[in-house]
Amino acid sequence: MQPCYINSAVSISAQDTLDNSSFLENTISFEGQLAKAIHPNYKSFISPIASRRMATGVKMGIAAAKKALALAELETPDAIITGTGIGCIEDSEKFLNAILDNDEEFLTPTSFIQSTHNTVGAQIALTLKCKGYNVTYVQGAASFESAVLDGQLLLHENEAKTVLVGGTDELGKYLINDIILAEAAEKQPITTPFGEGAHFFSLSQSKQNNSFAAIKGLKIFNKATAETIKIKVEDFLKEYALTTENIDAIVLGKNGDAFDELYQSLQDSSFKSTPQLHYKHLCGEFFTASAFGFWTTANIIKHQHIPEVLKLNTIKKSSYKNILLYNQLKGQQHSFTLLTSC
Amino acid sequence: MDALKKELKESIIEQLNLEDFTVEDIADDDTLFGDGLGLDSIDALELIVMLDKDYGIKLTDPNEGKAVFVSVEVLATYIAKHRTK
Repeated sequence: MQPCYINSAVSISAQDTLDNSSFLENTISFEGQLAKAIHPNYKSFISPIASRRMATGVKMGIAAAKKALALAELETPDAIITGTGIGCIEDSEKFLNAILDNDEEFLTPTSFIQSTHNTVGAQIALTLKCKGYNVTYVQGAASFESAVLDGQLLLHENEAKTVLVGGTDELGKYLINDIILAEAAEKQPITTPFGEGAHFFSLSQSKQNNSFAAIKGLKIFNKATAETIKIKVEDFLKEYALTTENIDAIVLGKNGDAFDELYQSLQDSSFKSTPQLHYKHLCGEFFTASAFGFWTTANIIKHQHIPEVLKLNTIKKSSYKNILLYNQLKGQQHSFTLLTSC
Repeated sequence: MDALKKELKESIIEQLNLEDFTVEDIADDDTLFGDGLGLDSIDALELIVMLDKDYGIKLTDPNEGKAVFVSVEVLATYIAKHRTK
């Protein structure tokens, strides 16, 4: 597949990432179990009349999407593709609680309408008046990667020239507490906080003046062990005529749980001499947290600089051309994403 | 009646997420739909549910709804006359 070009990358996360003037310079560390997103003034992105029915995830998604388009100097993309693991959980919780509280009576329409997984993609399209291809992928920890893969395919098949892809998830108020309790019962639980965020990227078929990185390859697979992951990564790189030695940095979705052994396996073998990075201590763990990793990687290529807070080892490279992202959750929904300079 | 109007304004602001409004911003005779507060058909459904839940009033005739939701003043008068709780 031909590479596709990244023309803008926007992040709303638990760090101050929406402001493009710095790249992870003054980061926040988290003591508690939640890493809530830093919200911008949404009135600059959405009219108060439109925003009054929108939950956190929808507002974050629209703001990130609009800024991504503005930075790419693109008015309307040919396609909008969104990934989300848990959708609009805030409104789902509100609607389900209303069913319980009111004994299945007096159900109001707003939270029901807004509770579907494709609300973010739909609201972005409504805001932009974009009637093009619009799909939302819900594939657990591979939701964002599924959206990117679809975007890549559309561009490759010449069905679109520009695509807006993104990932968005919100913390909500209730389910997250059950997830925290369930995780606490694990022998080796997730140690990063749980987070939320919205990340959007403008992609194009051809290289533009504002293109700063390219997606060379992406692979999603469901199963791997600490042993087989080494073979899988070598096979993946082989498809692009690369070896592990050609990788200038590896970005790992480590979250502290028992399945970090998959990352460790690569750190101790194939990528022993490669700069190793992590990011979930900054954004928290959530189904589309890997989009924060993608944003981080695109920015490393753009700035040719790795912020100290990301480093797992002290190895440096003179330049960062090929960077590999590897993410998985609980030993499932694995993804390799290969970004390159352009 | 004044207490009911205040209660209604608070409910409208809360239920319809009119974040930028306060009770003082809504006059008793402000039009709720169209040029006034700018409410729409989804808000109408929210208000119908609110009447049923909070005051035990079931609105089934759409034309009746149109007349009832003209303003807070009209709505309060209607509730005072028809409420069952």
